Amino acid sequence: MARHTVRLTVNGTPREADVESRLLLVHLLRESFRLTGTHIGCDTTHCGACTVLLDGVPVKSCTVLAVQADGRKVTTVEGLETDKLHPIQEAFMEEHGLQCGFCTPGMMLTSAALLEKTKNPGEDEIRHAISGNLCRCTGYVNIVKAVQHAAAKLG
Amino acid sequence: MIPPSFDYHAPRTLPEALALLGQLGDEAKILSGGQSLLPMMKLRFAQPAHLVDIGRIPGLDYIKEEGGFLKIGALAREAGLEASEVVRSKYPILADTAAVIADPLVRNLATVAGNLAHGDPANDHPATMLALGAEVVATGPKGSRTIPIDQFFTGLFTTALQPSEVLTEIRIPAPPPGSGGAYVKLERKVGDFATAGAAVFLVIKGGTIERAGVGLTNAGPMPIKAREAESYLKGKKPDEATFAEAGRLAAAATRPGADRRGSVDYKKEMARVLTVRALRKAAQRAGGR
Repeated sequence: MARHTVRLTVNGTPREADVESRLLLVHLLRESFRLTGTHIGCDTTHCGACTVLLDGVPVKSCTVLAVQADGRKVTTVEGLETDKLHPIQEAFMEEHGLQCGFCTPGMMLTSAALLEKTKNPGEDEIRHAISGNLCRCTGYVNIVKAVQHAAAKLG
Repeated sequence: MIPPSFDYHAPRTLPEALALLGQLGDEAKILSGGQSLLPMMKLRFAQPAHLVDIGRIPGLDYIKEEGGFLKIGALAREAGLEASEVVRSKYPILADTAAVIADPLVRNLATVAGNLAHGDPANDHPATMLALGAEVVATGPKGSRTIPIDQFFTGLFTTALQPSEVLTEIRIPAPPPGSGGAYVKLERKVGDFATAGAAVFLVIKGGTIERAGVGLTNAGPMPIKAREAESYLKGKKPDEATFAEAGRLAAAATRPGADRRGSVDYKKEMARVLTVRALRKAAQRAGGR
């Protein structure tokens, strides 16, 4: 059983861990680093609950090996907040963009990445961007509103 | 689900990757985007002893026109294809295809080359590449060879690639004037494999179809090149009667299996309908009608 040392930057902090080749990034984050804001939903690359940003790009961390993240930057939902909440977090609160909250970390990370690229996305663009993130509460209307609200805050 | 144990190798150069593959033989699988391989490993459909991750090899993520071809490097992502200006303007069939593969998060990692090398008849690029008459470049210990796409798929999840070879480049002939292509897919929901999918590329000259390529997705144990439909289209006028007959011939070439996406009859009928729709769209893009 092969082990490797991985060194990566998680939410701006350099981290190191000794991992098995087969360890998934989502398990490294949740179990080794105790960053449990990244959720495990379907575990089959469908639902997007495990979405993190890998070098700024949203990916499903249940379908990335921890060793593949060696030397790279990972942002989890815990990394969105600085000294205050990220505008996308405020917007999800203000527009009631969550019900049970399970999909919310993934929704917010995907949306934050969209807003980095696109200033004022239309409803279609938002719905397209989050089409790999499933909300079982079906609260998409308010999620879209929250992303638009965050876009307005970000100007 | 955690994949079965394996050893992980991360070569920094192509020669280093080839040396590893030569040494590990068929015990190794190549990992690039990992969006098909890792789910299969988690489900124990694949249990390679070694993964050779080519994702850290620099310079393989290009999408560029050169020497009469669109060249897509081994590590070009689906998201890169969707965003590429040259693809959107000159190869809209490729943009059609990339946009319906899995979902945007998967497309941020999934590679175009991996979509072919995986050898899955349910994948979308095989049909498109068959319609376009693409070639793939396989690089092995003794150098590179070019494989025409219609000789690339050899069976369910198998291709003409040797265990010692890496699919390093896809080459698509630059579209001649008066040509157009389209990919149309029927899926139950975003991210699903195709219930049926049809790719069409047409070259239309003086109101007559000079050349036609027709590829079909998830319609049998291998990606299908609908040869009867292709030869029928040649020399015909791009009109509804022609498209209807070509759709019928394309559907006759399919061998789908029944599953939760539909019965055999339904899938054959959808292959027919989608072929006709792709023909209309391709002809429209060719400016031929």
